[in-house]
Amino acid sequence: MNHSNKSNRSSASAWRYLRIYAALWKNSVSREMSFKANFLLWIVVELLWFGLQLGFVGVLYLHTDHIGTWTKWQVVMLIGASHLIQQIFQAFFLLNCTNLSELVRTGKLDFLLLLPVNTRFVVSLRQVDLGAFFNSLSALAIMIYAAWQMRLVPTVLQVAGFFILCLAGVFIHYSLMFLLASISFWTVRAQGIVWGYYNLFQIARMPDEAFQNGLFKAFFTFAIPMLLVSNVPVRLLVNKFSPRYLLLLLAMSVVCFVISEFGWRASVRRYTSASS
Amino acid sequence: MKKYWHVINVGIQNNLTYRFNFLARTLFGFIPLVAILYLWRTIYSGKGQGSEIGTYTLSQMISYYLVVTIVDALTAVNEDDWQIAADIKDGNISQFLLKPIDYLAYRLCLFLSGRITYLAVAVIPLALFILSLRQYLVLPSDGLTMGLFLISILLTALLQFFVSYAMAMLAFWVLEVSTFIFILFAFEYIASGHMFPLDILPRGLAQALFFTPFPYQLYFPVSIYVGKVSGADLTRGLLVQAGWVAASYALARLMWQRGIKKYSAVGG
Repeated sequence: MNHSNKSNRSSASAWRYLRIYAALWKNSVSREMSFKANFLLWIVVELLWFGLQLGFVGVLYLHTDHIGTWTKWQVVMLIGASHLIQQIFQAFFLLNCTNLSELVRTGKLDFLLLLPVNTRFVVSLRQVDLGAFFNSLSALAIMIYAAWQMRLVPTVLQVAGFFILCLAGVFIHYSLMFLLASISFWTVRAQGIVWGYYNLFQIARMPDEAFQNGLFKAFFTFAIPMLLVSNVPVRLLVNKFSPRYLLLLLAMSVVCFVISEFGWRASVRRYTSASS
Repeated sequence: MKKYWHVINVGIQNNLTYRFNFLARTLFGFIPLVAILYLWRTIYSGKGQGSEIGTYTLSQMISYYLVVTIVDALTAVNEDDWQIAADIKDGNISQFLLKPIDYLAYRLCLFLSGRITYLAVAVIPLALFILSLRQYLVLPSDGLTMGLFLISILLTALLQFFVSYAMAMLAFWVLEVSTFIFILFAFEYIASGHMFPLDILPRGLAQALFFTPFPYQLYFPVSIYVGKVSGADLTRGLLVQAGWVAASYALARLMWQRGIKKYSAVGG
């Protein structure tokens, strides 16, 4: 009896969070639609930078026909997947992570701390970046084109696995970025953090075999797993797959989340004590 | 003249507040740089010993990116364009219409002080990084080349600044300039030689790019340093670069005048 009561309560609270999230969505939509031209221009900006990355691959493969074992269209697939993961991350989390320092600086966080919901939930999901959904479609289109160029027809299982691994990648990006943003409790300026994040993304786009074994590769595989987030899902799709790395990616997404939760709690504790 | 010294001085002190930010930016900036050097090394080793890409051997390629990093540290516009746009949007420029100080000169001083502070913070990590790869970095063959390289860097800095300034003037007409700044930045990033040396592009494309100002925003001084351009080509290049500086300066002034007309008309 006690048990069923508990599960009832947790489903009620999940339902409540879902309703809160729906309200946040509605808010974001009306905000974005009030600046339509700007909304479209941001999509152009993202398309341009995506095109630029693809252009770079094009230039590289004018001069070589393989990077390690990666062929041209496999790398195009990788850039597409990396863009997809980045855009999904951006759609849900990026704005909120970069806004955190603003919340700290202006003291608006006080208000969010007082709300009767999990603070990390509101802070992380307050705003939705709708343009990013359009941009993930362009990433998917490029990936499908690359598959067609390779005459690659993945199985349903591969595709499903790919999307699950992408989600793990999104989760890693979110956890790390949130952890970085929590640093703003100590030092207030956020631009450096955003900049740092973009630099990390440039590594996620690169084929893992471009790096010889060594400190750099080990660091970005085991400490900050940038070389896993998009490489592992694409390896599954293009049949370059190794189960060891699949498990590592999944494990890392859990580890990163746990660490970011610790960082967040330590930061909030500091915030409360600083303002009182 | 004294008032502008004062601006530089205050600018440096202001910027020093954000020294941690500058340092973080420098250190984070090494990550993609190291990654791209690894990428090229893998590509070269896949092609076999002593192979060349375009006219570059592996060590020349590494040298190219090192010089790009140095020139970029000396000349890149940091947040000047955002700040100028914010000044316009928030109405801060009103005071400059009353004071005997020229806004463009004022911003140029701030740009200069920004570069000085950035270098002061970045010089140690940058020097360590370059020292660790010093076997790839050779000095230009003679003093004259070095001198022309320095002149070209100065022109690059001015060109970068005037282009950003002109771009930020859009804030007189549109509410949100950041999208335009990012679009321009995308073109600058690929067409100025930031991602790869422009002469590994197909010949026609590389030549077409030289009709735009972008190569003169970074690639040109770097190519002087690594010895890819010399003699009459070098002199002609410097003249073209000076021409672009003059053109961007004229554009910056023109945009300001037009903008101010509209600004006064609205703001009253």
